[in-house]
Amino acid sequence: MSESPQTQETITRSSADGEMLLSCRNVTKEFSVAGSTVLAVDDVSLDFPEASVLAVVGESGSGKSTLARMLLRLMPVTSGTISFRGQDVTSLSGAGLREYWTEVQAVFQDPFASFNQFFTVGSLLRRSLSLAKIPADQVEALIEECLGYVDLTPAQTLGKFPHQLSGGQRQRVMIARALMMRPKVLLADEATSMLDATLRVNVLNVLHDLRSELGLTVLFITHDIGQACYLADRVAVMERGRVVERGTTEEVIFSPQGEYTRRLLSDVPDLRGSLKR
Amino acid sequence: MSELLARATNIRCVYGGGEKDFTAVDGVSVELGEGEILGLAGESGCGKTTLGNALAMIATPPLYVLSGSLEIDGESIDLSTLSVADLKRHRPYRGRTVSMLPQGAMNSISPTLRIRSLVHDVMRAHDPRVTKSEALDLARDRLKMLDMPVRVLDSYAHQLSGGMKQRLITVISTLQNPRLLIADEPTSALDVSSQRMLVEMLLAMVEQRIMSGVVFVTHDLPVLSQVSDRLAIMNAGRIIETGPTRQLVEHPQHDYTRTLLSSVLDPSRETRQRGRERSAGRGAAAATSSEEVGTR
Repeated sequence: MSESPQTQETITRSSADGEMLLSCRNVTKEFSVAGSTVLAVDDVSLDFPEASVLAVVGESGSGKSTLARMLLRLMPVTSGTISFRGQDVTSLSGAGLREYWTEVQAVFQDPFASFNQFFTVGSLLRRSLSLAKIPADQVEALIEECLGYVDLTPAQTLGKFPHQLSGGQRQRVMIARALMMRPKVLLADEATSMLDATLRVNVLNVLHDLRSELGLTVLFITHDIGQACYLADRVAVMERGRVVERGTTEEVIFSPQGEYTRRLLSDVPDLRGSLKR
Repeated sequence: MSELLARATNIRCVYGGGEKDFTAVDGVSVELGEGEILGLAGESGCGKTTLGNALAMIATPPLYVLSGSLEIDGESIDLSTLSVADLKRHRPYRGRTVSMLPQGAMNSISPTLRIRSLVHDVMRAHDPRVTKSEALDLARDRLKMLDMPVRVLDSYAHQLSGGMKQRLITVISTLQNPRLLIADEPTSALDVSSQRMLVEMLLAMVEQRIMSGVVFVTHDLPVLSQVSDRLAIMNAGRIIETGPTRQLVEHPQHDYTRTLLSSVLDPSRETRQRGRERSAGRGAAAATSSEEVGTR
């Protein structure tokens, strides 16, 4: 498995574009399973220039989520380095790590797993803001603003428990919660997979707007190449832990070099095609 | 439409049963031809899963089917579930006449049992006389018929990929050769490659008459358009538009259907252009708020 020729060129061009907000170098993650070693992420290097959107696409089990968890520092790397604003954050702990988490936020695929079932949505959001030391007089306005980004209102959500919301509403609350922290980087791991098509476009538009207006940097992990096509500046394709192709969105999607990328694209269901014989 | 397989008439479903009843399905009628796959599409909360539950006769409180009938194999089944006796009355039809593949079924496989035990448990739930070897023989034959590895019967759930689990659950839920399969979001948690394998398997199952028809419920229109003969679009508890798949995709008549179709993001130059325009602040993206498209 080797990367396409465009890889190095793309890295060089990206680096020249501006300051690297977040980057990882030669990151590897090994898991021990029943006495054997599984290489979940294998020697991955990625750069995230400020106000850019990088989509990481691949099939289930390709290592996308493991990579996100390492970048978020929820999981230690086996080897390699992660740096944020030029500082090595690979071994950060304590107050330094909490500081990092105010700048790098994440939204995961399963919103139910992220909620405490015994607290209302209002409690969850207010608690997040108190941990981020947001002044009390700004809390309600910020909640309303961020719920508005994802087409929700305080009246619809704050008094409810997680089980009283639909799956799509729960996911949108989690996106609003992440945005409330005013992060510099948002790691969205299949964050829109559970949403309906119209809501999905709304959320992707919010990410477009936040990037344009606030300079948000986004790592968008998805198995849906259509979403990557709509949102991302650059795309990296992962297969079995390795980045096997990367480049601008146009390069990867419209002129794929690798066999794996071509197969992934050919499996995307076509609205005007049919598999029926 | 080919020869009629099933006709559901005037299905009305509510959640609650008290003064604050919420009507989830509001007088829906739908038909399905022999050997046909009907795609039932709509957004979250539109009532498509509730309709599937009513058709599969698995509605339990707080969901009540107030009215509705299902004509299938020359018999008219009253779908209403107003008392516990109604639930018992439906028992003989479940699994054999209509089988349900519920949303997230692949996550409900017991982590402590091998797949072969699940096969026997499911078969025995519908027919207590079935022996373990009979159930396993049937499962092996079915897996061979569909070009799937028989060895997966010896596996535990954690040893299988998501795509394999979902295909296995689909096979197990149709071991009794149901006339009609209700598949609720069977592809939603899968990546594109696994989605394609499941869809191709479903088509092969219908072709080989393992079941005679499928109601395929999902919000994913591209998947539906690949597999369905006809589409029915649901919104706010009602079917607002129905027709042959190609015709409905190419010439939608209802505004809501047009909005749904224009929200599909495929990896095309048109999608890329829309994204770039949005990024540049000139966006006229397809989706609007849920209020504007009429969901609830």
